[in-house]
Amino acid sequence: MKGKLRSTTDKLLPPVVLLLLLLGLWYFACASGSVPKFMLPSPADVWNAFVSDWQLMLRHARVTLAETFIGLFFGIIIGFFTAVVMDRFRIVRKLLYPLIIISQTIPTVAIAPLLVLWLGYQMLPKIVLVICIVFFPISISLLEGFGSVDADTVNLMRSMGAGRLQIFRYVKMPSALGHFFSSLKISVSYAVVGAVLSEWLGGTEGLGCYMTRVRKAFSYDKMFAVIILISVISLLLIWLTGFLQKKCMPWEKVNQARRKENV
Amino acid sequence: MRNALDIQDVTFSYDGQNNVLQNINLTLHEGELVCLLGVSGGGKTTLFHIIAGLLKPQQGRVLLGGEDITGQSGKISYMLQKDMLLPFRTVEDNVALPLLLKGVKKKEARRQVGKYFSTFGLDGTQKFYPAELSGGMRQRAALLRTYMFGGSVALLDEPFSALDTLTKSDLHRWYLEVMDSIKLSTIFITHDIDEAILLSDRIYLLSGKPGTLSDEIIIREPKPRDRDFNLTEAFLRYKKQIIAKIR
Ligand SMILES: Nc1ncnc2c1ncn2[C@@H]1O[C@H](COP(=O)(O)OP(=O)(O)O)[C@@H](O)[C@H]1O
Ligand SMILES: [Mg+2]
Repeated sequence: MKGKLRSTTDKLLPPVVLLLLLLGLWYFACASGSVPKFMLPSPADVWNAFVSDWQLMLRHARVTLAETFIGLFFGIIIGFFTAVVMDRFRIVRKLLYPLIIISQTIPTVAIAPLLVLWLGYQMLPKIVLVICIVFFPISISLLEGFGSVDADTVNLMRSMGAGRLQIFRYVKMPSALGHFFSSLKISVSYAVVGAVLSEWLGGTEGLGCYMTRVRKAFSYDKMFAVIILISVISLLLIWLTGFLQKKCMPWEKVNQARRKENV
Repeated sequence: MRNALDIQDVTFSYDGQNNVLQNINLTLHEGELVCLLGVSGGGKTTLFHIIAGLLKPQQGRVLLGGEDITGQSGKISYMLQKDMLLPFRTVEDNVALPLLLKGVKKKEARRQVGKYFSTFGLDGTQKFYPAELSGGMRQRAALLRTYMFGGSVALLDEPFSALDTLTKSDLHRWYLEVMDSIKLSTIFITHDIDEAILLSDRIYLLSGKPGTLSDEIIIREPKPRDRDFNLTEAFLRYKKQIIAKIR
């Protein structure tokens, strides 16, 4: 227990120290007057902006989070089924896989305005964009995970009379969990950014809209506050994913410890 | 004695041209422990895959208690060459897998396998993950899983090969005590002549390319065997006989 505490401090201490240093640097740059206030608000200004506007920000954050979660949910479902079908039918994989890869060369920023044009100014175009962002890493990583099961494990299952569904449930699914969670960790932060980005382009609610408004009002202190809020949300979601992963894959802890011993 | 298993005239190739196995005939009587001895790459695992129904022979049949099961999997208890414990399941859930696949509820499956943990020297490891077990323990767990499948015939592919000498002789002794009393009709593969003589009732020699069963040696030493059997004159005579046939 003590060892665990120490390793956590060991991991956290350096970045926290660096962060505090940067914060100090920022503070003095503003306090000394070497950077004009309208270009870079001081940490205190940003804090004040946050305190005065936090209720409004949270209301907008609720909308952005809703878009993110709904988009993540459907992105994962669609990605999962695509991966399952590609894993099961070689022909589907041959047809779909190259298309999915090519589709990723289309920049998100480019389709966002189209989605707004087609789907209007409500939540739908934002959710669809998040789905588009999440779908790709999830489906590709799950496909890779399903494929990572070796032939002898499948032989073992078959020798015990397992059918296709049972092999999927008992072997393929758990083998793919690690792949799934590593891509989910990336996906959650992209999903938040995607939601915010599509809010820039239209609508009345969400952190992206809030950003556009404070930018038009030249309230850069509020702008900074909302940027920080967005990164905090992303960090929390990444942490939550890691937490879920630990809960869903209790064997990883043991296997990791074992791997360390063997090195 | 009835035949637990008959292999009749089995010929097999992976590519349809070069036969790995040629006209294999083999019988396993009820309660018998038979060994398949041969060099590595000789086709032993391939023959087991065929018996277990994972591969379909181009020619010949596999009969289980007289019934043709050629190409059907899920009929015979099969322990593959590697222990194949799933790293993401606890030891008890690995061992219970054959029961779960048959539709037994998890709780009941755990209860059923739990009864055997002490017999198999696995006491207290129920909630461990396979990575926490030693090589010998992993092998015992894989053996128990194979046993839990409940087939009338078991195939064990090099069950002791991956172990160091001491663990191996430990496991041999245990096997002679426990598995012998279970009287499961078993074929096991090895390339270790001593192990073959120590454990088997009968030894088939697989040799040549394509692989054929060239000889059959009956070990007449009564069972249960003493673990010092491998220090006796009789043991040496068998060993000489086998070495002469391999050459
Ligand atoms: N899946 C496979 N595809 C093609 N050739 C194989 C395959 N598995 C084994 N072989 C070949 O068949 C021969 C027999 O292999 P195997 O049955 O594993 O031998 P053993 O178990 O006696 O060591 C070897 O030459 C091996 O290279
Ligand atoms: Mg082999």
